Amino acid sequence: MARAVTPRRKLINTGFAWTIGLLIFFPILWTILTSFKSEAQAIASPPIFLNFDWTLENYGVVMERSNYARFLWNSIIIAGGSTILGLIIAVPAAWSMAFVPSRRTKDILLWMLSTKMLPAVGVLYPIYLLFIKMGLLDSRAGLVIVMMLINLPIIIWMLYTYFREIPGEILEAARMDGATLKEEVLYILTPMAIPGIASTMLLNFILAWNEAFWTLNLTAVDAAPLTAFIASYSSPEGLFFAKLSAASTMAIAPILILGWFSQKQLVRGLTFGAVK
Amino acid sequence: MATKASRSAARLMMAPAVVLLLGWMLVPLIMTLWFSFRTYLPLRGGDQGWTGFDNYVRFVTSSAFWPAVQTTLIIVLGVLIITVVLGVLLAMLLDQPMWGQGVVRILVIAPFFVMPTVSALVWKNMFMDPVNGLFAHLWRFFGAEPVSWLSDAAMPSIIMIVSWQWLPFATLILLTAIQSLDSEQLEAAEMDGAPRLQRFYHIILPHLGRAITIVILIQTIFLLAIFAEIFVTTGGAFGTRTLSYLIFQRVLESQNVGLGSAGGVYAIILANIVAIFLMRIVGKNLDN
Repeated sequence: MARAVTPRRKLINTGFAWTIGLLIFFPILWTILTSFKSEAQAIASPPIFLNFDWTLENYGVVMERSNYARFLWNSIIIAGGSTILGLIIAVPAAWSMAFVPSRRTKDILLWMLSTKMLPAVGVLYPIYLLFIKMGLLDSRAGLVIVMMLINLPIIIWMLYTYFREIPGEILEAARMDGATLKEEVLYILTPMAIPGIASTMLLNFILAWNEAFWTLNLTAVDAAPLTAFIASYSSPEGLFFAKLSAASTMAIAPILILGWFSQKQLVRGLTFGAVK
Repeated sequence: MATKASRSAARLMMAPAVVLLLGWMLVPLIMTLWFSFRTYLPLRGGDQGWTGFDNYVRFVTSSAFWPAVQTTLIIVLGVLIITVVLGVLLAMLLDQPMWGQGVVRILVIAPFFVMPTVSALVWKNMFMDPVNGLFAHLWRFFGAEPVSWLSDAAMPSIIMIVSWQWLPFATLILLTAIQSLDSEQLEAAEMDGAPRLQRFYHIILPHLGRAITIVILIQTIFLLAIFAEIFVTTGGAFGTRTLSYLIFQRVLESQNVGLGSAGGVYAIILANIVAIFLMRIVGKNLDN
C-alpha cells in the first residue's frame, strides 16, 4: 500500500533522490562522455561537460592497438564457460537438496558456503604451482575451472532457494495422475525452475566477468580477459584520458546492461537467501 | 515421500559438487599449510627444508606486519561505516514516494557492476590526478592548491573508491529489507504522533538490524580481500599495504613462499572468524 503524501513532499523527495543518484552515477557518466572527446578536450581546463566535438576516434584507436576483441572474447569464454559448467554441476546438487532433503542437507549447504570464505591470497601459491604443473597457467580452460569453483557455492545456494519455492504437492499430484519421473522433470519441474536458473546464470556471469584477483594473477597474454586489459592502462597509458575512457566503457557496458536486469536476484544471490 | 532409491539417487546427484568443492578446499589448504612450515624460495634454491614455526614468527615480527594489520582494519572499518550509514539513509530516501524511482535505483546501483580495475583506474586518473583530474580542476576553481590524492592522502582515497563500489550493495540490501517493513505499523506510529526520529529509532532501525548485520559480515569478507583497487592505484605504497597485499607481495614479488604461506594461514584464520558469525545467521535462516 503506497503511503499518501502531498505533491510538494513528493517533489522534494524526487529532487533530492535524483541529485544523489546522479552524483553516485557521475563517475560512470563522466567516463562515457570522456570516451567521445578528443584527447585535448578530455583534459581541457575548465572541463567540458557536453559541449565538445563528439568523436568515435578513441574507440577505433583502442581496438586497433590493443587487440580488444581477444580480451573481450576471453572474458566471454571465461565468464560464460564457468557459468555453464557451474550450472551443470550445481543443478542436480541443488535439486536433490531441495526435493530430497536429509538431516545433513543444512550442514552440507553451510559447508559449501564456507569454502567461499577462503581468502584467495591464502591459497595463491598452491594454485599457481598446480597451474604450472598442469600447464594451465595463462589458459582459458584453467580460468574457467577456477571461476567455476569460486562461484559454485553461490550457484548452488541460489538454485537451492529457488527450487525450495517450488511446492512439493504439485509433484505428488502429478505422480498420482500417473506421470513418470521423466515427465515430471520435463513438464513440471523444468518450466517452474527456469526463471530461477536464468537469474542464477545472470548473476554468476556478472561476478565472473568482474573477478579481478585470479584473472590478474593467473593470466599473462593468451587468456587475459578485460580486467587485465584495463589494468594494462595503469600507467603511463592511463594518462590518455579519452582512450582510457573508451577502453573502460567497452569493458563495463555489457555488464551494466545485464546488471540492470538482475537487481532483484542480486540481493538473494549475494546474501545467500538471508534477505529476500 | 523420499524412498530409499530416491535417496541414493539424490546422493549421486550431489556427489560431483561435493567432491569438487572438497578438493578445491583441501588441496590448496594442505599445500599452504605444508609450505608455511618450510623455507621455500623458488628463485633462490627452492625448497630448503623444514623450519618449524619460523615463518609464522617471522611474518608477525616483520616491520611490515603491524602497519599492514592497521591498514587493513582502517580500510575495512572506514568502508563499513561509510557504506552502512549512507546505505541506511539512501535506502530510506529511495523508499519514499517519488517520480522516476526505478531510474534512480538504477543510477545508484550502477557502480556495483563496474569491474574493480576500471573503477580504480577511472578514479585514479580522471578524478584524483593532481594535474588533469576533475578534483584538481575543482580545487583550482576555488583557488586551492590541487592535492595529489593517491600519494598524500592515499588511505582516504582508497577508502573513497572502495566505498563507492560497495555503497550500492549496502543500499540495495537495506532497501529490500525496508520494503518488507509493514507500512501499517509506521502509519500507526505516525498517527499516534511519534516524531520522525523516534519512528526511525524504534521501528525502522530494529527492523533493519538483521540486514545490517548481513551487510557488515558479507562486506567484511570481501573487503579483507580487496586487491585490484590497490594493485592498480598505489601498488601498496604510501601506507596502503593491506594484509592480503603483503601476502601477495611475499609470495609473488619477493618469491618467499614459506613466509607468504604463513601469512596466508593467518588470513584464512581471520576470515574464518568472520565467517562463523555469518554462517550462524544464514544457518538460522535455513531452519524457518
